Amino acid sequence: MKEYELEFDYSRYAFKDEIEYKYIGKPGLSRELIEEISHIKGEPDWMREIRLKAYEHFIRRPMPNWGPDLSEVEAMLDKIVYYASPTDPQRKARSWDEVPEAIKRTFERLGIPEAERKYLAGVTAQYDSEVVYHKIREDLERKGVIFTDMDTAVREYPDLVREYFGTVVPYSDNKFAALNTAVWSGGSFVYVPKGVEVDIPLQTYFRINLENFGQFERTLIIAEEGSKVHYIEGCTAPIYSTHSLHSAVVEIIAKPGSHVRYTTIQNWARHIYNLVTKRAIAYRDAFVEWVNGELGSKVTMKYPGVILKEPGARTEILTVSYAGKGQIQDSGAKAIHLAPYTTSTITSKSVSKDGGRTSYRGILKVVKGAKGVKSSVRCDALLLDPISRSDTYPYIEIEESDVHIGHEATVGRIGDDQIFYLMSRGLTEAEAYSLIVLGFIEPFTKTLPMEYAVELNRLIELEMEGSVG
Amino acid sequence: MLEIKNLVVSVDGNRILKGVNLTIDRGQIHAIMGPNGSGKSTLASVIMGHPAYEVEDGDIIFEGESVLPLKADERAKKGLFLAFQHPFEIDGVRVSQMLWKAVQERGWKVSPVEFRKILKESYGSLKMEDFIDRYLNVGFSGGEKKRSEVAQLLTLKPKLAILDEIDSGLDIDAVKLVGEELTRAKEKNPNMSLLIITHYQRILNFIRPDFVHVMVDGRIVKSGGFELSLELEEKGYESLLREVEA
Repeated sequence: MKEYELEFDYSRYAFKDEIEYKYIGKPGLSRELIEEISHIKGEPDWMREIRLKAYEHFIRRPMPNWGPDLSEVEAMLDKIVYYASPTDPQRKARSWDEVPEAIKRTFERLGIPEAERKYLAGVTAQYDSEVVYHKIREDLERKGVIFTDMDTAVREYPDLVREYFGTVVPYSDNKFAALNTAVWSGGSFVYVPKGVEVDIPLQTYFRINLENFGQFERTLIIAEEGSKVHYIEGCTAPIYSTHSLHSAVVEIIAKPGSHVRYTTIQNWARHIYNLVTKRAIAYRDAFVEWVNGELGSKVTMKYPGVILKEPGARTEILTVSYAGKGQIQDSGAKAIHLAPYTTSTITSKSVSKDGGRTSYRGILKVVKGAKGVKSSVRCDALLLDPISRSDTYPYIEIEESDVHIGHEATVGRIGDDQIFYLMSRGLTEAEAYSLIVLGFIEPFTKTLPMEYAVELNRLIELEMEGSVG
Repeated sequence: MLEIKNLVVSVDGNRILKGVNLTIDRGQIHAIMGPNGSGKSTLASVIMGHPAYEVEDGDIIFEGESVLPLKADERAKKGLFLAFQHPFEIDGVRVSQMLWKAVQERGWKVSPVEFRKILKESYGSLKMEDFIDRYLNVGFSGGEKKRSEVAQLLTLKPKLAILDEIDSGLDIDAVKLVGEELTRAKEKNPNMSLLIITHYQRILNFIRPDFVHVMVDGRIVKSGGFELSLELEEKGYESLLREVEA
């Protein structure tokens, strides 16, 4: 096998910009820095106080004692820059012409304005710490849909933010949720009024440009009764030899009968630690979907959760992860069934190659009295060579007997015979491999809008081309 | 067109083919019959280029050139095709998607719309039009897998197609259908050669071979015309073996 070249593969995302920042914080974390961030943003006192409380908690809270080795993260905490704004934090562009030229070019190279014109209902673009552009289709705005960056939301919709912020993921949830709450910047705020259906996706694109940097966006989605929304996020960064940190918190409130789908296509450069906390609360008959494509980063720890709080709520959590050389994808799902007749379907598909490691780590909990709960967990791992690895850590806690629970895990390898079969039809070895991998993750790709599916397939094909021949 | 010369092949150190000689000219239909374990399927896999088999001696010449240095996909592009005895299931990959890649690799100048028409025709002729958008062999019955292999043959129009036990697992109606469709394809394209590997004679009633060879223990022990297949059907391999050994 040929040695796989990461740089070659990532080249179309890997460029960096030389821009002048409006503000770059000093490396390291302090109470003063947090107050400064809050001041720059012109925040109300209550938000500054939440930040400071979270900071206290972060300092006291030990590093997680489970999962992948985070010693490099611990070492970088004093060295990284926590806040860097390329533009005026209090003034967001509503047209691409208002975005600084170099940054605009970057997003153009990433295809964002084009995607916005063609098939999105709204776009938010975050560059390092701040959102530099956001816009939503006017007809949706007229219906009362709000899609803006979190900072603007704090200023313009303080009551909504204050009511829900930190209610799904409190800062005390884990060390990195505390860190995010202390230094958060950017991220999206989505509000869909009762009965409004947003028929095409809203998208946020996260870009890290700086080296030795931490990006801490914060996203809050509120779907009122009977509403519907599909939110997509994508992320990339230039390649550096030093490590950076991306630590987001996402909270979703799905009111009765609403339907929220949250799709992530994570393709961070492979020097980035991606430690995120994503969780939803689903009320009566609400439907929450987490669709996760984890392709990039050095280490990802991500376990999207849904608290099924009222009867009839359901969730589907679908994760596809790919771990190549030097990568660890530690992903999974949490389904907390607090009410009867709630349903969860968890599907995890992982592909490991060139020594990459994937893990499924999940929690399934059913409280006493939550009768008629249905849950199925399925984990399929595909190992492309003998040096790669996949593990499953399902934690199941069931306090109720009237439930249907299924758990299934498989580990597969691609056999020479399958490859020979496809090659006998005229496909090259690389095509045969990529077709089998694409088929394996098809349950994920088919949930994506066509343009994303095409892009994802192309990425996988590139990965496979680098490895055979 | 295809010339197999003194082919000696082993897998995992076991010698399976012990000197096979066979020549197939353009447009001819050959059948290889033989008992289980005689090496028939090995021969099919080796011609197509399965990497697990080691060619110890001899050569396989296709259109004047040795194909031994070529990988399976390169042989396919030269015009070889193998209909598998046990086609593999590939989840998430549609029949149409795989075949679209296959024709693109061959450099066919065909639009997706035209290609769809071709697929409908080839799969339709085997009463499998609904299978075009299904995942490759997933959930297909044994017979459906075999018919799909033949439909792929019809789609890709090889110069020489090898059919490995295409009749096993098919009921008599399906055997008839497959035989008739292959005959029709031959009529449309008289230059196509076929190598039919089979344990039983019955498919040969529907796609009539010009030559029949009997393979036993890694060698072709007897060759003849269509009537040899009838003789085998009647007397069985045992009596033929005795005859050859005598």
